[in-house]
Formats: sequence, C-alpha cells, structure tokens
Amino acid sequence: MTKQQANWSPYDNNGGTCVAVAGADYCVIAADTRMSTGYNILTRDYSKIIKLADKCVMASSGFQADVRALQKVLASRHLIYQHQHNKQMSCPAMGQLLSNTLYYKRFFPYYSFNVLGGLDNEGKGCVFTYDAVGSYERVGYSSQGSGSTLIMPFLDNQLKSPSPLLLPAVVCSIYYLFKFSHMDAVTPLSESEAIDLVKTCFASATERDIYTGDKLEIVVLNADGIRREEMDLRKD
Amino acid sequence: MNVMDSAPAKSSLMSPESDIQRTQFPYVTGTSVIGIKYKDGILLAADMGGSYGSTIRYKSVDRLKPVGKHSLLGASGEISDFQEIMKYLDELILYDNMWDDGNSLGPKEVHNYLTRVMYNRRNKFNPLWNSLVLGGVKNGQKYLGTVSMIGVHYEDNHVATGFGNHLARPILRDEWHENLSYEEGVKLLEKCMRVLLYRDRSAVNKLQIAKITEEGVTISQPYSLKTFWNFSAFQNPTVGAEGSW
Amino acid sequence: MATIDVPQKGGFSFDLCRRNEMLVSKGLRSPSFLKTGTTIVGLIFKDGVILGADTRATEGPIVADKNCEKIHYMAPNIYCCGAGTAADTEAVTDMVSSQLKLHRYHTGRESRVVTSLTLLKSHLFSYQGHVSAALVLGGVDVTGPHLHTIYPHGSTDTLPYATMGSGSLAAMAMFESKYREGMSKDEGIKLVADAILSGVFNDLGSGSNVDICVITKGNTEYLRNHLSPNPRTYPQKGYSFSKKTEVLLTKITPLREIVQVIEGGDAMEE
Repeated sequence: MTKQQANWSPYDNNGGTCVAVAGADYCVIAADTRMSTGYNILTRDYSKIIKLADKCVMASSGFQADVRALQKVLASRHLIYQHQHNKQMSCPAMGQLLSNTLYYKRFFPYYSFNVLGGLDNEGKGCVFTYDAVGSYERVGYSSQGSGSTLIMPFLDNQLKSPSPLLLPAVVCSIYYLFKFSHMDAVTPLSESEAIDLVKTCFASATERDIYTGDKLEIVVLNADGIRREEMDLRKD
Repeated sequence: MNVMDSAPAKSSLMSPESDIQRTQFPYVTGTSVIGIKYKDGILLAADMGGSYGSTIRYKSVDRLKPVGKHSLLGASGEISDFQEIMKYLDELILYDNMWDDGNSLGPKEVHNYLTRVMYNRRNKFNPLWNSLVLGGVKNGQKYLGTVSMIGVHYEDNHVATGFGNHLARPILRDEWHENLSYEEGVKLLEKCMRVLLYRDRSAVNKLQIAKITEEGVTISQPYSLKTFWNFSAFQNPTVGAEGSW
Repeated sequence: MATIDVPQKGGFSFDLCRRNEMLVSKGLRSPSFLKTGTTIVGLIFKDGVILGADTRATEGPIVADKNCEKIHYMAPNIYCCGAGTAADTEAVTDMVSSQLKLHRYHTGRESRVVTSLTLLKSHLFSYQGHVSAALVLGGVDVTGPHLHTIYPHGSTDTLPYATMGSGSLAAMAMFESKYREGMSKDEGIKLVADAILSGVFNDLGSGSNVDICVITKGNTEYLRNHLSPNPRTYPQKGYSFSKKTEVLLTKITPLREIVQVIEGGDAMEE
C-alpha cells in the first residue's frame, strides 16, 4: 500500500489569545475560550486560564496537549513546594519556575504561549510574559497567542509611556498616578478601567482574528481575593 | 551520469534510531465516531467499516467497547492501535478491581488515563494512530470527552472525530439540547450518521449505537439506515443543459 | 546531450508558473493574497435557483474584509458565487460576464447557463488550476433552472444542491439532512440561509453576514446582507490616541543622570 499520510506532526495549533494587565493593587488575566484546529472549532468552552497558586494565575494558548502537560508539571511542582515550605508559592517565584520548566524542553519545546499574572509579595500586580522556550520578562501588561499581534499595539498605545524615563501616557486616574508613578511595571489604570480595556481588546481582536472568539473569561486578583467574569464574544 | 541521483540520507530529529519500527501511517482504519450527552447518559455511534487505504476491507469491525462499569469507548483511526489500547484499559480495570476496595475508575479517570497514554506516545514520536471518544456516567455525573493522536483533548456536550467534526458537529450544534430523550438522541445520531454515509467515502451503511447510563452499557446490534438517492436531478442531471458535460 | 528549448507554437505557456515554483523552492515568499475562506451554496427550488454566500474574506488568520460580496453578476438571469483567491474569482466572472454581454448583443437572446459554464470551465482548464476559482454557478434560462459547481481545474458538476469553499462540509450537512425536491421560495431561502449560517458558525474561514440571490424565470432578487447575525459584542467607545510626537517638547531626563557612564575606557581610534 502506498503511504497515505506524508508524515504526522507532533504539534498542532489550537489558537486562542491571552491578555494580562497589572495595576497598582490588582491584576487582570483574560483569555478567550475557543479551541480550534485548522478551520474547525473543536469546542467553544475550553478554559485557557488556570490558577497555579493563591495569588498566581496562568493563561496559555498554543498546542493544547502541551499546555495541559505544562499545567500538570507546574501543579505538581507547586504541590511539592507547599509540602516543603508550608506556604503558597509567590507569583515571581512561579514566574521563574515556569521559565525553567519551559527551557527544560528547549529542544522539544512546549508549544505554548503563556502570560502569568498575579500579585507579588507587596500586593502589587505583576505580569510575566514568555516565549515558548522560557525567555521571560516582568511587564505591566502583555498579550500572547493568535490575537496578540492585534492587541499588543493597542495596549502599547494606551498604556506604554513613550519613553521608559517618562510617566505612562494615559492619565486616567490622578490618584494612582500620584501614588504609584515610581513603578514602571504597573499600568496607571484603575481596576474597572483595566477590565473595560481588556473587554474592548478581545471584542476587537475577535472581529479580525479567526482563532479568537466564542467567550471571554476574565480573572481578577486583588486584596479581596480572586474573582471570575465572563463575556460573550462573536461565535463566527 | 548524474551524481546527484544518489539518495541523500534522510536527516531527521530521530535519525540515529530510524531503524526502529514506528507507526508512520495507518493500515486498517475506522472512520468517524460521534457521541452526545442525553437526558439519562451518553450515546455513541460508529459504523463498522475497516478501511485499508481507500478500500473498505472489513465490514464488521467493533469500534465501540465498554471499559469497566462506567465508561464507553469509541475509536476511529488505526484498528490495531485501538485493540492495543483496549488491552491497556482492560489491564487498568483489572488492576483497579484487584484493590477490591469498593472503588472503581470512572469515565473521568479513564479519559485522563487515555490522555496521558496518547500524549506520552506522541512524545516518543511513536503515536497511537487514533482519535478516541470516551463517554460514561458515574454517581449521576455524565461525562463525554475526546482525545486525539497527539494528545489534544476536551470535554463537550457532543463530540465527533475525523469527518464527523466537519459534517456532524454543525448538526449537533444546531439541534442538541440538554433534555434529549433516548429516542430523540438516537434519531439525532442517525441523522448525523446518514449525512456521514452520504458524504464520507469510507463510511459504510452498517452501524452500532451504544448507550451508557447509571444502569450500565448497552451496545446495539448492527443495523442499516434508510437512504434516499432518487432526486430527479440525480437521474438525468444534464437534461436541458446539453453540453454541460 | 543537452535538449534545446524549442519556442512553443501556440497554446499556453506555463513558463512563469514553473519559474514561480522554482523561486518558491529556493525560498522566495511571494506576497500573500486574499483567499476567501468561504461558504458558498446554491439549490434548485420549485421556480428557480437560490444562491447564498457568507461575507468574510481572510488573509491567513486575519479577517481582511468583514462584509465582502461573493455573489457575482454574470448576466441578468445568471449569478455566480466564488470561493478561492478573491482576485481570480472576480476576474474570471467579470471576463465571462463581459463575453456573455457581447454574445447577447450579437444574438439578441437571453444568455444560457450552459454558455457561461462552458466559458468558465474552458478558461479554468486552460490555466490548469493556477487560476484558483471554485465556483457555484446558478441561473434560469429558456431551458429552465440550472445549478453547477466548477472546480479550479475546470471540472464541473450539475446538481440539485451544491456547496463550495472551506465551509462546504458544514453547509452540505444542512443540505443532506433537509433538502427536498420542489421546495417553495421561502423554504428555499430558509434552507440556503441555514446552510450559510452553518458555515459561518462552524467554519473559521467563513463569517459575518448572509448574502442571498433568488433567481426565477424573468426575475432576480439580490438580498444583500439578508441576515446579520454577528454584531460586535462590546460597545466601541472612543479611545483617544495622544500625539506621541509631542514628547519631543516634554522634558526628558538625560540618560547620563540615571545611567552611570564609565569614562576613561579605551579611547576609540580617530
């Protein structure tokens, strides 16, 4: 018999977009819930967001099987950490662990694009953004996945200061700006403004990115704890 | 004389062990499986064809199997790999029974196990060439999930593999609802299977429908669907349009 | 012994196609073009033909046009849905449409569907699939209603109901489970809309709105945006985009005051 399939690929791209925004005392992490392959929607309700620790949440898009494996590794490593230290891992620590876990598979990478969001030890919002092999950076906001090319420039325009030596561009809330302007890894928005911005980002990305849509899942972390919101997106 | 003719060594990630036998393409394959949740449990449907490339080589392949007391597995893809998977699962269930602690593996556990088996084999560049559907009921909880050859998995109210993803799921997304009765569920599955029969060349008109509820598994006897091929436009397509080839 | 390239006598030349393949094999990335990852359908009902199309045009994973027109005019009694490369479907239908018009001037008679079918398929065949247009052609002429599909290589089909494009299977699922012969106009429009919606919601290459064209004896109804089932989900508020160029007027702390500059290193050679 002749060869039917040329060859199989160990990777697939299941699409999806993730965004995280850090504020002075909160962090917003969001992702759509569409899982697709090629031109097919596999399911309209697959959560890309996972809670890794009390103050640490990860959103991942890319190849779902790798993402799931990565989540399981992090969950088990966190369990061991809890047994050894009798406390939850901090978000910056989890950020380093995620980087190491990704780089561990440098030559057969996890095809996953992650943003990690949470609160650091001082209660400030923090966002870590990654590439597939573990290069990472602490930032004030980030977007990863299929819609990131549409969302990132918009976030830059709204949130990034024109020079790292200057204050952020949008002076939405004088209070926050006044109080926290010395920090560069945090956006100047209030929590509700950040949520509104994230919703707009996804509604717009869904208009133009075919792999983003169906539903938006938003997780908000602040001093009160953790909260979840949902919003419908276009289903076409 | 062309020196370029000598075949260059096939370089790949796994070249040092390239003499090891791996499934690089399937031999005997089964086509789509579809599954839905309904009021009392899960329904699965699959035809019984076994294709050898584009030849339909076998006509009575069982592709729906019970796993333990609470789960039901449907498989498309390489039949031998599916039979191997059944061996793993029977062993898993046996060893679980041997604890004799009154506990038993539910569909969620079996699905998770399959997920890890499939993903592990893809990590070894030696995949099990299947897409699997796993349904089950335990403690009043309905469960329906699927796993692909490379470990992609998800749960939904209705799932399908292969061609079923293209042809059956649009129908299921339109017509599925939470409170389907058994009769309605079977009717919906038959509707999907009929469309697959019309449009999937490796589908055959001999199918089984399996049911799993709290009471256990029932797999139907093989049967055929009623089909209609007599649209008058099919009879003489080019009437009044001579020259349209 | 080298073969000598003899200049061709007549026929088509595929030199450029061969050159393009060679360039691609050497790593050239040709500019991408609009592929209408598409759902297009057609069916024959009691009094004529109904054509349908979605309105999304894509360029890779990006939606290039949210409301494009895929049902092209061929003649007053013939329309044609196009899938594939947008430029090809547009060009090929325009060319044939103009030939049909000239033919009508010449004969003084209504165009026939077979005529446009033949013109389309012979054009596509002669380009051996390089003109990537997949078409659903429908119309009503003196011999009655006709519906055809045309593939990029020039093969054609004559069918009571037809689908094409990336959403063809999703749409065909509707036809195969709901089509009956001798449907009324309303039933026909409903089924065509269902088929397109099936493509719109299940196929990522298709989306936005539903266009429909109903052709009956002596009458054509073009229902542009018959359905618009995909409104924006979150209100677009006016975002302000500050002029970042004005930064030049702002005082910028000189780098030297914050970054420590090590002086007295190796002097650069002048």
